[in-house]
Amino acid sequence: MKTVFVTVGTTSFDELILTIKTPEAVKVGRGSVLPDPESGLDLTLEAFRFKDSISEDIACADLVISHAGAGSCLEALGARKPLLVVVNNKLMDNHQLELARQLHKESHLLYCTCSSLTDTLRTMDLSVLVPFPPAQTTHFANFLDIALGVQ
Amino acid sequence: MSLMLGLLLGLFCTVCIFLLRLLLVVNSGPNCKPGGKGSVCVLVVAGSGGHTTEILRLMESLSPSYKPRHYVIADTDRMSEEKIRAFESAKENAASGSKYTVHRIPRSREVLQSWSSSLKSTLNALLYSVPLVFRLQPDVVLCNGPGTCVPLCVSALLLGVLGLKRVLIVYVESLCRVETMSLSGKILYPVADYFFVQWSTLRDKYPRSIFLGRLV
Repeated sequence: MKTVFVTVGTTSFDELILTIKTPEAVKVGRGSVLPDPESGLDLTLEAFRFKDSISEDIACADLVISHAGAGSCLEALGARKPLLVVVNNKLMDNHQLELARQLHKESHLLYCTCSSLTDTLRTMDLSVLVPFPPAQTTHFANFLDIALGVQ
Repeated sequence: MSLMLGLLLGLFCTVCIFLLRLLLVVNSGPNCKPGGKGSVCVLVVAGSGGHTTEILRLMESLSPSYKPRHYVIADTDRMSEEKIRAFESAKENAASGSKYTVHRIPRSREVLQSWSSSLKSTLNALLYSVPLVFRLQPDVVLCNGPGTCVPLCVSALLLGVLGLKRVLIVYVESLCRVETMSLSGKILYPVADYFFVQWSTLRDKYPRSIFLGRLV
């Protein structure tokens, strides 16, 4: 049985929750819309508002559907899971689209909007995705140590 | 009439002195090496959601010399405090006796809040930031773009302008910012001592920024 983990991070993204048709586990964050367990589809739905950590849910998932927040994307990509990002067009200046677009250009994830979500789920090809390389955090620490005179 | 003129002249002189001091403070960054005294006190701005995740990833890489660590979060933030405490508990296993504190200030701006009302709430946050920063007197303010960081960085600059303490501002633009800079970034770019971007497209647009690749 396939598992899909859907997350909206710590934000409110009711439109995604309303649009999603085939989830098996859903995290709804601060939004006011909880998915209807009696939607009549042949699936098991688990929904929760907040959890201390979603790393276990991500680890069990075959697919992660997420809003375009950096934290959620980094967790899913770090766990080497196929990631479909849904961009929230209602956000101020929609800067989330930049990250989704760039990571898509580098073939790390697929992205869409709420209106194109159903079509994307139907037609997507996850085999084109490539692993996300680790970050250069030590470069930051080394630079700062030198700049600040830390021995 | 002459009293009015005197007051205006006084105000003008004060503003000029303030701006001159600001210029001097901003340019003195490279000479400021707080690490020489053995430890660096850092004020970390945790801006909720992905901002907190990113800032904790940066903090993970820093040596135990960065102490004490003072985390500042917005009053309406429900998740960051737990993430910070979990992060610090894990860190404590590696290096004993590391001190940290968590403080809350009013949020400068909520997601989807209009820009005009954000100005009012940012000014309100400033009323809390100034006494907090004046009390903590950090060596460095580390932030990555949430609205919460602006009043804290302004307070840090004020500390320097008033000659009380030179506080370094280290700003790391969020990974989300590939082509356009955030509003906080645009405000702090001229005054930050070390301004990092994580994509080369931004480095090309903002030549004073530091690009070391993806940091988180």
